Amino acid sequence: MLDLQWLLIAIPLASGALLLVWGKESDRFGHLIGTAASAASFVLGVIFFINLLGKDGEDRSHAVSLFTWIDAGTFHVEMSFVYDQLSALFVLLITGVGTLIHVYSIGYMEHDERRRRFFAFLNIFIAAMLTLVLAGDYLVLFLGWEGVGLASYLLIGFWQHKPSAAAAAKKAFVVNRVGDIGMALAIMLMFAQFGTSAIAAVNAAAPGATDTVTTSLGLLLLLGACGKSAQVPLQSWLLDAMEGPTPVSALIHAATMVTAGVYLVVRSNAIFDASEAARTAVIVVGLVTLLAGAWIGCAKDDIKKALAGSTMSQIGYMMLAAGLGPAGYAFAIFHLITHGFFKANMFLGAGSVMHGMDDDVDMRHYGGLRTMMPVTFVTFGLGYLAIIGVPPFAGFWSKDKIIEAAFGQNFWVGAGALLGAGVTAFYMTRLMIMTFLSEKRWREDVHPHESPRVMTWPLIGLAALSALGGILLLGDWIVEWLEPVVGHAEHHELAVPAIVLTLIITAVVALGVAGAALFYRREPIAAETPADSSVSLLARAGRHELYGNELNEAVVVRPTRHLTRFLVWLDGMGIDGFVTGLADRLGDTSQFLRKPQTGYVRSYALTMFAGVAIVVLCLLAVTLA
Amino acid sequence: MNEYITLSLILFTIGAVGVLVRRNAIIVFMCIELMLNATNLAFVSFSRQHGNLDGQVAAFFVMVVAAAEVVVGLSIIVSIYRARRTTSVDDSNLLKS
Repeated sequence: MLDLQWLLIAIPLASGALLLVWGKESDRFGHLIGTAASAASFVLGVIFFINLLGKDGEDRSHAVSLFTWIDAGTFHVEMSFVYDQLSALFVLLITGVGTLIHVYSIGYMEHDERRRRFFAFLNIFIAAMLTLVLAGDYLVLFLGWEGVGLASYLLIGFWQHKPSAAAAAKKAFVVNRVGDIGMALAIMLMFAQFGTSAIAAVNAAAPGATDTVTTSLGLLLLLGACGKSAQVPLQSWLLDAMEGPTPVSALIHAATMVTAGVYLVVRSNAIFDASEAARTAVIVVGLVTLLAGAWIGCAKDDIKKALAGSTMSQIGYMMLAAGLGPAGYAFAIFHLITHGFFKANMFLGAGSVMHGMDDDVDMRHYGGLRTMMPVTFVTFGLGYLAIIGVPPFAGFWSKDKIIEAAFGQNFWVGAGALLGAGVTAFYMTRLMIMTFLSEKRWREDVHPHESPRVMTWPLIGLAALSALGGILLLGDWIVEWLEPVVGHAEHHELAVPAIVLTLIITAVVALGVAGAALFYRREPIAAETPADSSVSLLARAGRHELYGNELNEAVVVRPTRHLTRFLVWLDGMGIDGFVTGLADRLGDTSQFLRKPQTGYVRSYALTMFAGVAIVVLCLLAVTLA
Repeated sequence: MNEYITLSLILFTIGAVGVLVRRNAIIVFMCIELMLNATNLAFVSFSRQHGNLDGQVAAFFVMVVAAAEVVVGLSIIVSIYRARRTTSVDDSNLLKS
C-alpha cells in the first residue's frame, strides 16, 4: 500500500497542471479542484500514517523506486521515494496545513481575477514540497528543492504588476541560487566520494568517511539550508518575500518551505553526526539567526514583516536544535511542526486583519481590532500564546525542550536561546497590543470587519492545533517515533533540574511580555512611524533589517558590478578594440591602395609601360651581367 | 642596319608618348598603330639581319592582329561616341566611382 506514495505527489501535480492549461471556463471552479487535490493528498497522507502506525518500529521505513532516472556508466540515479517516520510527519504537516490554507485562499483571493492560476501554483508547490520530503535520493530531493524555489518565486511575484513584488521574487530567486550552489556541490561531492547520492547509502557511508569529507559535506548542505531557510547570511530575501499574497507567506514562507533547510540537516543526520565542525557551524548559524530575526521582529511596523522576522528567529531555533546532534533532531522537528501550526495561524490571522483593513499592513494604523474581528483575535491570540511559549500551548513544549537541550550543549548557547525566548515574548506582545489591543487608530473611511467563514474556519482549525500541538510530546512520543531515523540521544544531565529551567524560561517570557506591555501601554501609540532620528540605535538597526541589504550591497553587489564593468571595458577596449582595430587597419590599407585606381586609361597605360620597362631592364641586367 | 632599328625606336617612342599624353581616343588609337608598325619594322630588320624568315612571319601575325584590333577598337570608340558624344578617354571613367 505504501508503494502508492507517489500518488501524494502526483495528485496535486496533476491538478496544478490541469488548472494551468484549462481555459477560462474553469475559473468558476478551479479553486475547488485545487483544494480538493490538496485535501486528497492529505487524506492519503493520513491513511499512510495510520498504516505506518500499525507497523513495528523497524519496518516503518518504506522505500519505493519508480524508475531509473539516470543510468550512465557508474552514474546511477533512481527516482526513489522513502516514506518513513520523518517524512510521514512532514507529509501530514504539508498537506494538512496546506489544505487549510487552500480553503482560506478561496476567500482571500476571491476578488482576484487570476485566482485559478494562484491555486495552480499552490498545488505545484505542494507537489514539489512533497517530492522534497519523500525523496530517497539527494538528486530527487534537489528536484523538489528547486521546485519549491520555483513555486516560491512564482507566488511571491504573483502580483507581478507591482514592481516591488516582481523585485522581491527576483531577489528570493537569486539569493536561493547561492544556497543551491551549496546543495549542488554537496551532491557532486557525494558522487565523487561515495559513488551514489541515495540518501540511505550516503548516510550509511558517512561515518566511515574522512573528517574533511564530512565537514565539507556538512558545510555545503548548511549553505543550501541557509538559502532555503533564510538563515544568516542568506536571510535577506525573506522579509521582501512578504510582497506575495498572505496565504503564500503562511504556507511557503512560514510553515513549510523555509523549514526545508531544517529537514535537510535532520535528514542528513549521519553526515552531521560525523562532523563536529559542521554541527558547530549549524549551531552558530541558528543562534545568530534566532537573535537577528527577533531583533528585526521588534522594530518592524509592517505586520507581515514583523511576523517574517519572527519566522527567521523560530527557524533559527530549529537550526540550533538540529545542530545539537541526536539530542536535538527530534525537538527541531517538533518545533518545526508546532511552528508550522502557530505561524501559519498567525499569518492567516494577519491576512484576515489586512482583509478587513483594505490591505493596509502598517500596524500603526490598526489598534483595538479585538471587538471588530473577534474570531481573528481569539485565534491569533492562541497562536500568540503558543509562539511565546506559555504553558500548555504547543510552542511552550517545543521551545522549552530546545532551550533545555541547548543548555545541555553549552551554557552560552542556552543563554542565547533563552534571551531569544524573552525577545520573542516582547515583539509578539508588541504586535498583539498594536493590532488588537490599544485604542483604535484607523482612518474614518476604513471599516474593519470580520472575514467570511471560509477564512475563519481554517483559522479556528490552526488555532486548535496551535493550542494542542504539544500532545505530540506526550510520553516522549515524537522522540521515540523519530528515533529510528535520527538515532538515539543520550540524556544530558543539566546543572539544574529541568523543572527549574522551565520555570526560568517561563519567567523570562513573562518578563518579555511585561516589558512590552509597559513600553507600549504607557503612552498612546503614534499613528505614523516615528522618524529614524527619533528612535534608538537598536530600533533603527532593526528597521533596516540589521543592514543586511546594505552589507550584501557593499560586499557582493557592488564588487560584482565593478567586476562586470571592468569586464565590459576589457571586452570593449581589449577584444573589440583588437578586432575592430584590425578591420580599421585593413580599411585604411585598401583606402591607400585604391589611390592608383584613377579611372584614367592613360595612367593605367603608364603603369603598364613602367612595369614592362622595369621587366625589360631587369632582363637586360641579368643577361648582360 | 642600325638606322632601321633607330627609326623603329623613334617611331615606337612617339607612339608610346602619344598613348600616354593624348586624350582623344582616335589619336591614341593611331599611336598604338604606330607602335605596332614600329615593332613590325624591327621584326623585319632583325629578320634581314639574321637571314631567316622568322621575323617576317611574326610581322604578318602582327598585321593580322592589328587589323582585328582596329575593327574591334574602332567600333568601341564609335559606340562610346554615340553614347557619350565624346571621344576623350578621360571621360570614360565610370568604373572608378
